[in-house]
Amino acid sequence: MELTGAEIIIECLKAEDVEYVFGYPGGAVLHIYDAFYKQDDVKHILVRHEQGATHAADGYARSTGKPGVVLVTSGPGATNAVTGIATAYMDSIPMIVITGQVPKALIGNDAFQEVDSVGITRPIVKHNFLIKDVKDIAKVFKQAFFVATTGRPGPVVIDIPKDITANKVDFKYPEDIKMRSYNPTFKGHPGQIKRAVDIILAAERPMIYTGGGVILGNGSEQLRKFTRKLGYPITQTLMGLGAFPASDKQSLGMLGMHGTYEANMGMHNCDVLIAIGARFDDRVTGNLEKFCPDATIIHVDVDPASISKNVRVDVPIVGEVAQVLNEFNQALEQTEQTPNAAALEKWWQQINEWRSQDCLKYNRESETIKPQFVLEKMFEVTKGSAIVTSDVGQHQMFAAQYYGFDEPRRWINSGGLGTMGFGLPAAMGAQFAHPEDLVMCVTGESSIQMCIQELATCTQYALPLKIINLNNGYMGMVRQWQEFFYDKRYSNSHMNVQPDFTKLAESYGHIGIRVEKPADVVPALEESIAQKDRLVFLDFITDQEENVYPMIPAGAGLNEMILV
Amino acid sequence: MRHIISILLENESGALSRVAGLFSARAYNIESLTVAPTDDSTLSRMTIVTSGTDDIIEQINKQLNKLIDVVKLHDLTEDAHIERELMLIKVQAVGEARDEVKRLVEIFRGHIIDVTDTTYTIEITGNGEKLDAFVEALSTITILEVVRSGLLGISRGDRVLG
Repeated sequence: MELTGAEIIIECLKAEDVEYVFGYPGGAVLHIYDAFYKQDDVKHILVRHEQGATHAADGYARSTGKPGVVLVTSGPGATNAVTGIATAYMDSIPMIVITGQVPKALIGNDAFQEVDSVGITRPIVKHNFLIKDVKDIAKVFKQAFFVATTGRPGPVVIDIPKDITANKVDFKYPEDIKMRSYNPTFKGHPGQIKRAVDIILAAERPMIYTGGGVILGNGSEQLRKFTRKLGYPITQTLMGLGAFPASDKQSLGMLGMHGTYEANMGMHNCDVLIAIGARFDDRVTGNLEKFCPDATIIHVDVDPASISKNVRVDVPIVGEVAQVLNEFNQALEQTEQTPNAAALEKWWQQINEWRSQDCLKYNRESETIKPQFVLEKMFEVTKGSAIVTSDVGQHQMFAAQYYGFDEPRRWINSGGLGTMGFGLPAAMGAQFAHPEDLVMCVTGESSIQMCIQELATCTQYALPLKIINLNNGYMGMVRQWQEFFYDKRYSNSHMNVQPDFTKLAESYGHIGIRVEKPADVVPALEESIAQKDRLVFLDFITDQEENVYPMIPAGAGLNEMILV
Repeated sequence: MRHIISILLENESGALSRVAGLFSARAYNIESLTVAPTDDSTLSRMTIVTSGTDDIIEQINKQLNKLIDVVKLHDLTEDAHIERELMLIKVQAVGEARDEVKRLVEIFRGHIIDVTDTTYTIEITGNGEKLDAFVEALSTITILEVVRSGLLGISRGDRVLG
């Protein structure tokens, strides 16, 4: 049967089992919106700004593993989406972004609401397409979903001129797809796997270091088996939290710039480093010249370009994390060799000594609300069961440090790009995907204002989010750096003009609660959770000058932390 | 060190800009870049001359391979290969220079492909060094215009990219 391009787009989304499309209409996508109007299979969620649409789709993707889908118009619709596309790109999140384009005949004419969307997004996508013929829509969508979700995932942009969405053609969705230029590696090299296992078992001071790749590659179960079988210490990056349970005694918490003392010292002193689905980001390694000086490094990653990019690796293994971990686990079961128990006992003694530093201690008797206290109580009140999104800054680090994640896909934050404004729309996406779960957005007074308009979207779709606003009246992380490295010259980091957040929340139809005393923290959290069907905005007035510790200053090694 | 990377890529609009964009976004060098469709019109063959440390060259190869439009690539400098570049050069040719240029063109096995009362246009091929040497040899002659194609490369022996 002949369908219009717009109808074909809907059929493609149905064929890919897309539940939700997050979007905002405009001239170039009116045919597509008309097609949405005539069907109920794919639900369209109307956001208040295109950045919100991308972050919401991103939150949906991170919390489910399925690709998030975005629909925006040409020109400003596309440029507003750019921040969200880059956010997804940096954290390897599968996403399909459909951008409208001016009619084909007008491309290049500086037409109304025309930008070169393919050109603008090229460096921040895994791939992008400009569709030039209605006949190509089905094939391009099939390819786009395939590319976005396989190998190292990432966002894919599909730019569609308006006239093409009105043209008609027979629709048939391709059943499978083969691309001669795209063949992601799935299986690790058996020889390398054997070599790695020998090195792993011979280790005296081993360290397992895992990242977001374990979550993206659904390797959490395999990682647990691997880590527990060996009894080795494990540290996880900001993006990897939850793949291995934070509550397990083998977990040393997060590593890196604001990682724990025991994790960073363990990294610095280990003799074998087993890196899995992590990319040796500069926030993790600190000074590269001082990084893991004594370690033989094994690196498992699905992206060959991540291997030996920042740190030279001794045993590279390209393959899907879950697959390679399965091979590791099989090899460990088949071999008669066991880890070096005596060396391991000594290593754990050393680690426990580092642990006894209690690097996350803070003043629990404070008269003002400490941000750490809010996170700790939030963990207790929710028993660690919430899906937590965050914005970017001090509150993000506090959430990563004090809210222990025991399961993957429960901690959703912008690690690579560090996008303020991410938290609220990402929480919306997670809540759509998990309507029965408690979804909380940990944010600050500065971050939340970058996408605050989405409070209206939450009203429209009755999303009962809990917003935990840690309000210290500063861009906290900027202020912290200015305190440490700029002699307390707080240049433009003081957010002293603020809305009344409780009234603001109420004006959108939500509940707002201002909390000023430590004693009121738990009751307020309990009250917010008791409001099962309502969004509650908790405005915690926190200590203005609290800092995130431990901290590795720029240029220092992992063993050169500033402690409290 | 200098490397010559040969790439087969999809002959699609935007493929060239993906490659060029990758080099600028990651601050890699491009000394020259040539591209044209092959006998299979769905494929283009690109030759990039770049330079960098071994680590950077490894990253360039990996990042290029990651581009969806890149079908295959090979670093020609890893083994025996042939390099060729085409140069078109227009020089002033009056008086004694007319004979002098003609002699030089013969020595370098080039061709004069266009003549006026006062100019010659010369075609010459070879590796980059030969073309540089030819320009050097013309030092007493007034050069009006130089057009170089950038380097093309192919493996020696039976090795093929495809």
